[in-house]
Amino acid sequence: MKKFSIALSVMLVLVTSFAVQATPDDDLKAFRSYFTKKFPNVPVADFINGVYAIDKPSREQWESFEEFPSYDIAIDNGKARFNKKFANGKSFASCFPNYKKGIKQNYPYFDKETGKVVTLEAAINKCLTDNGEKPYKWKKGPITEVGAYLAYLSRGNKINIKVPNNPDAIAIYNEGKKFFYAKRGQLNMACADCHYYYAGHRIRADILSPALGHPTGFPVYRNKWGGMGTLHRRYAGCNKQVRAKPFKAQSPQYTALEYFETYMSNGLEENGPSMRK
Amino acid sequence: MRLTARLLTSASIAAFIGCLGIAPGIASADTASDIAQGKKLAFNKKKGNCLACHQIAGGTLPGNIGPPLVAMKARFPDFEKLRAQIYDSRVNNPNTIMPPFGPDVILTDSEINKIAAFIYSL
Ligand code: HEC
Ligand code: HEC
Repeated sequence: MKKFSIALSVMLVLVTSFAVQATPDDDLKAFRSYFTKKFPNVPVADFINGVYAIDKPSREQWESFEEFPSYDIAIDNGKARFNKKFANGKSFASCFPNYKKGIKQNYPYFDKETGKVVTLEAAINKCLTDNGEKPYKWKKGPITEVGAYLAYLSRGNKINIKVPNNPDAIAIYNEGKKFFYAKRGQLNMACADCHYYYAGHRIRADILSPALGHPTGFPVYRNKWGGMGTLHRRYAGCNKQVRAKPFKAQSPQYTALEYFETYMSNGLEENGPSMRK
Repeated sequence: MRLTARLLTSASIAAFIGCLGIAPGIASADTASDIAQGKKLAFNKKKGNCLACHQIAGGTLPGNIGPPLVAMKARFPDFEKLRAQIYDSRVNNPNTIMPPFGPDVILTDSEINKIAAFIYSL
């Protein structure tokens, strides 16, 4: 009898922990099917276009912006920065040997050595400091230029983020997932409230973009900013909207969030940099 | 709690005044100005910002996250239930996107009462 109840409780524990622990792959499938059901007329590949994937009228205006995009100059500046020699004679290419084929689709990635997740911006600044150069500021300016150039070279490559079977990687992924669904700020809203449950609805005059595909177009030139910004700059803006204290760009919180959001977008094409209103 | 106390006092004052047989209509004049102030508070982006999510008569560029606020007396025969919905929407729907205006002190009790009076008039 006792043996039986022990076996039963072991079984129960196994069953419940199985039910609770959705794998990143389970999450991705559920996430994907939620959005494809919610927007049956939007081809999956089109989710890279943010709100413009789901709203015809604003799409037309956006397409006209994209004809003479304000981010062009950022790509050019980024290319110049990328090719410029550091004081030690090396250049960015020494850190990104595959840059010509495009590398953005592999960021952010989990680094086994450090047990941390590395964003493209973190890798750009690490390249600078490893070579004795001063790092760039995190949210705008030069970092978005080098980022825009690398994104541009990655256009058309499919996002390929891995969450390896490593406790640290899984913990960071789960932290990002939790962040996405957690209510915060005085207005008590989650990323998921606006970009999952109510994606496609209007908040005042703004249509809410689906979270699927969020990272593909970054860095973006935003008319409201009058310049370029990174994904973390946008995260901070969205946190402020709900009167939450934003985290720092490249904080562990936003890095985990980016890891989650980008993993959810696996298989979609890179199309950065892009224009946003 | 405080509201009930206040309602009771104003009700008893009204009753008292009513007994004296003077100035009937003071209460409704009060409500009219409450409604007008409530409308301003509801539409103000830094206050209720209800238009972010609800279509409301007289407001421009409404969002469509929540239901249009129309025929509110039919929806909420009990005024107190309407006020409670605005005070803390989580009681009815724990995962609601609608901000908890009372508990998070986004609005004061008196501001919530005025907004509720306005919404009730729709
Ligand atoms: C109160 C609603 C609201 C909340 C909560 C919110 N956002 Fe946003 N977000 C917006 C609006 C409005 C825009 C601009 C329209 C659009 O692209 O969705 C936007 C834009 C974005 C964009 C840019 C999309 C693009 O294609 O350019 C990203 C990325 C984003 N939000 C991520 C987040 C994340 C992550 C969170 C949680 C930390 C969050 N948002 C919370 C309202 C919100
Ligand atoms: C960010 C979105 C949002 C904001 C801002 C918001 N609401 Fe709501 N509201 C909702 C949603 C969504 C519902 C539907 C019920 C639910 O999901 O909790 C709702 C429901 C209601 C209801 C119940 C309607 C019914 O017929 O059952 C009332 C009344 C209401 N809101 C009033 C207000 C008022 C007044 C304000 C401003 C002070 C406001 N709301 C601000 C999203 C919002």
